[in-house]
Amino acid sequence: MNFLIRFLSEAPRVALAAAVAAIIGLAAAGGGEPLAWLTQEAWADESAAVEEKAPEAGQAVEGATAAAESEKAAADQPAGWAPMAAPKLETKDYPIVSGFNSRLSAWFAAQLHLFFAAFVLGVPIFVWVIELIGLLSKDVRYDHMAHEFMKVSMTGFSLAASFGGLLAFMLIIFYPDFMKYMASVFGDVMILYALLFFAESFFVYTYYYGWDRMDSGGLKWLHLGLGLGLNMAGMALMVLSNSWASFMMAPSGLGPDGAFLGDVWAAIKGPLWNPLNLHRFIANIAYGGSLTAAYAAFKFLTAANDQERAHYDWMGYTSFIIAIAGLLPLPFAGYWLTKEVYDYSQQMGITLMGGVFAWLFILQAVLIGAIFLSANYYLWCSLGRAEASRRLYAMIQPLGIIIVVAFLIWFTPHTLIMSSWELTQVGGAHHPVLGALGVMAAKNTAVNILIIATFLSYQMFRRANIAPAGSGFWATHGTTVQAAVYAAALINIVALGIYSYFIPANVRIGLSVPQVSTTAVTLIVCTIMDNLIYRDQRALGVFRWGHMPVRSQYALFMLAVSFTWLMGLMGYCRSAIRQHWHVYTVFRDNSLDAYTPTLPFAALMVTIIVMIFMALVFFMFWMPILASKKKEGGAH
Amino acid sequence: MRVLFSIVIFSLAVIFGFAGYTRFGLPLIIPAPPPQEAKISGEMTMDQFIALGKTVYEGKGTCTLCHNSLGRAPLLEQVAQVAPERLADARYKGEAKSVEEYIHESMVKPSAYVVAGFGKKGTNDTVSPMPDVSGGAINLNAAEMAAVIAFLQDVGGVEVTAQIPTGEAAAPAAEGAAPAPAPAADAKEALVKFGCNTCHMHPLIAEGGDMGPDLAQVAATAGKRKPGMSAEQFIVESIIDPNATLAKGFEPDMMPPDFAQQMTVAEMNMIVAAILNKDAAGGKPQ
Repeated sequence: MNFLIRFLSEAPRVALAAAVAAIIGLAAAGGGEPLAWLTQEAWADESAAVEEKAPEAGQAVEGATAAAESEKAAADQPAGWAPMAAPKLETKDYPIVSGFNSRLSAWFAAQLHLFFAAFVLGVPIFVWVIELIGLLSKDVRYDHMAHEFMKVSMTGFSLAASFGGLLAFMLIIFYPDFMKYMASVFGDVMILYALLFFAESFFVYTYYYGWDRMDSGGLKWLHLGLGLGLNMAGMALMVLSNSWASFMMAPSGLGPDGAFLGDVWAAIKGPLWNPLNLHRFIANIAYGGSLTAAYAAFKFLTAANDQERAHYDWMGYTSFIIAIAGLLPLPFAGYWLTKEVYDYSQQMGITLMGGVFAWLFILQAVLIGAIFLSANYYLWCSLGRAEASRRLYAMIQPLGIIIVVAFLIWFTPHTLIMSSWELTQVGGAHHPVLGALGVMAAKNTAVNILIIATFLSYQMFRRANIAPAGSGFWATHGTTVQAAVYAAALINIVALGIYSYFIPANVRIGLSVPQVSTTAVTLIVCTIMDNLIYRDQRALGVFRWGHMPVRSQYALFMLAVSFTWLMGLMGYCRSAIRQHWHVYTVFRDNSLDAYTPTLPFAALMVTIIVMIFMALVFFMFWMPILASKKKEGGAH
Repeated sequence: MRVLFSIVIFSLAVIFGFAGYTRFGLPLIIPAPPPQEAKISGEMTMDQFIALGKTVYEGKGTCTLCHNSLGRAPLLEQVAQVAPERLADARYKGEAKSVEEYIHESMVKPSAYVVAGFGKKGTNDTVSPMPDVSGGAINLNAAEMAAVIAFLQDVGGVEVTAQIPTGEAAAPAAEGAAPAPAPAADAKEALVKFGCNTCHMHPLIAEGGDMGPDLAQVAATAGKRKPGMSAEQFIVESIIDPNATLAKGFEPDMMPPDFAQQMTVAEMNMIVAAILNKDAAGGKPQ
């Protein structure tokens, strides 16, 4: 179990990276993001300048070193044992079960497992933070809200485990040789993974069922300790299972024939492991927030009285902020993951962003655009809670126009694949006018403006019902200074965007850094200024939780559904870029389903899975309601 | 219950909106099938060998992923012409002596000569980001690399010196692939074996389809379709690269793009001869 020691020594670095990202995210509305870095042309440009850190074929340790390591590994084993080389399968080696398609069955089980796993790993993280805030602030409302979040997620734990079991059976039934090979590399990790479920179960049940009993004094701190244990166990489960996924994409610790060299830590810590860990950690928080926001919206819409409506409005708002705060740093993590994909294999990277999957990223832009639009819409509706917000309504329309235009530019494709008739109609492969919007110069500019506009929506909500009360410089001139900062930022971002049309691609890619930095600095500086301006404040009217239009709650559903669909799509993308390999470059997939499906087919699968998932989510939401009804019934 | 119903309808509308956009708002791209080892056996002509090289270049070799007009890697149309200059360049670190050797070396040892501006970042153009195409995910065999060299020499306008492999090197078995079906005995069997009758009509096959051009009419015009291309060359290109020239009134992407991988040279010759209304040896059929 040497790897365990090394795993533990690495864990603080992973946790630190994740914590930094979480802090960035949780600094509400903080941080800009280069969303456009995830679009095709950026990567196409960047590809010319990437470095390959790792060798292509199996990330193998080559030549004499590999042979020596392989011999060393064999020497530690019983006589006659040899590490298992990557099998060379034929179509007939894949079992067929009548009525089931092997790939679709595994896809279905894996995606549903991942949806629920992401939810139940994400929720306890912010539940723990909210509970801690409640304890430190001595505001019991936070504690109640954290408890209710946990209550909602409880059914999710069993559903995640059930779909995990289904996935394991699907893989064993349909891909036995693949599982055998994976076990030859990760056998001890798999056993540790299974054992960790006991720890996860212990912490989740003691944390949830002990909530009321451990509600004060030292016991409350013990309860927080259990919550921490729950999150640590969850984190360990996540990073261990991530190692299998990242190994399949970028294998390491293998000899030239794909045989395991005996060092499982080398197999775990492939080039994509930590980027995947960070990306999933942040995404889990954002996803957990979006689903609990949907739960709160459902409870808001079915609330029996104003008090209940106010409570769920507050809960929905808190969940919304968690989801958006997680969403903002997510593309940073996505950028790192995709950069490492390029560094590992330029061929895989270009297939991802410039090959058959390129259109998938246009779809991704549409989905993230839908998330941004629904987020802004919810924030504008939130002004309704503040009695004095009417003075800000005039800003909504221009902000809406800016956001829609920025979104349309962002998802304008660069190169269109067209028929000859279409080429004639358009006048070439690039539209004479819109073609100029499809390049990174325009996209980077658009996405930075989109983020700043969203932050402005949030800032409007924050100051909807207050006015500065002091007479100092910041109270009297702070807003003017802020407006100047925004104007300077916009001029800088647009000027850099225009300038980048006139420089080579490899220089242009570097300009995204000052653009994103401008956005980040603007957001941070304006947040600090807000605190200075409103250090002394006076209320302009009554602030009423629960005073939200019904349609605002549908924006929260839009957020949750879009997020789920996006996760399903990008999960498919991450897995599919291996193309016809079980383990990239090492273990070829020779099953009947080894081909890459078309995007509409993948979208259809995602749609079906999302519909099933949403049905189960409603079931999950209904469980705590059912429990409450029984409790109420018992009290009578 | 009414609230729940509204939420479900709303959620379904959002979900189907995304699915609908994917289906109707984005172009349909059909990904290429998993690459197979090219089969080079029998009496393959040099034109067929070059055409095969083009197929490998654009398909299994994934060369066009980077070597394209987007500037990810140098364009290769003129590589055969500029090879002598590069061999004489002080920055050249390889061992090649000829154009053919230079192109081969570029595929397996890409860092032997890195075109200025295309090296890995920070290496001052001494290390190429290109992988060795004989391994990894691309994994071209010697015959496939030779075909690509022949293609690049051909498009570069220099003498094609790459030789068509013979013997064992010509047809390495595809690793893990199912056993190949028995080769067709004659043109009629070959036309049926590859499903030509599904879309085309031809006197040798009883019931043909009409989704593709009538093959009985092809012989009359094949030699005039592309300047400089004989009727035989045109038909070979149409079989192995069906979208290269589309007959008027027919849609692209209707015909399988991988016949170069599926057919033996003998089968290809029989089909071409049948379409030209000749026997495989070049004369009129009996």
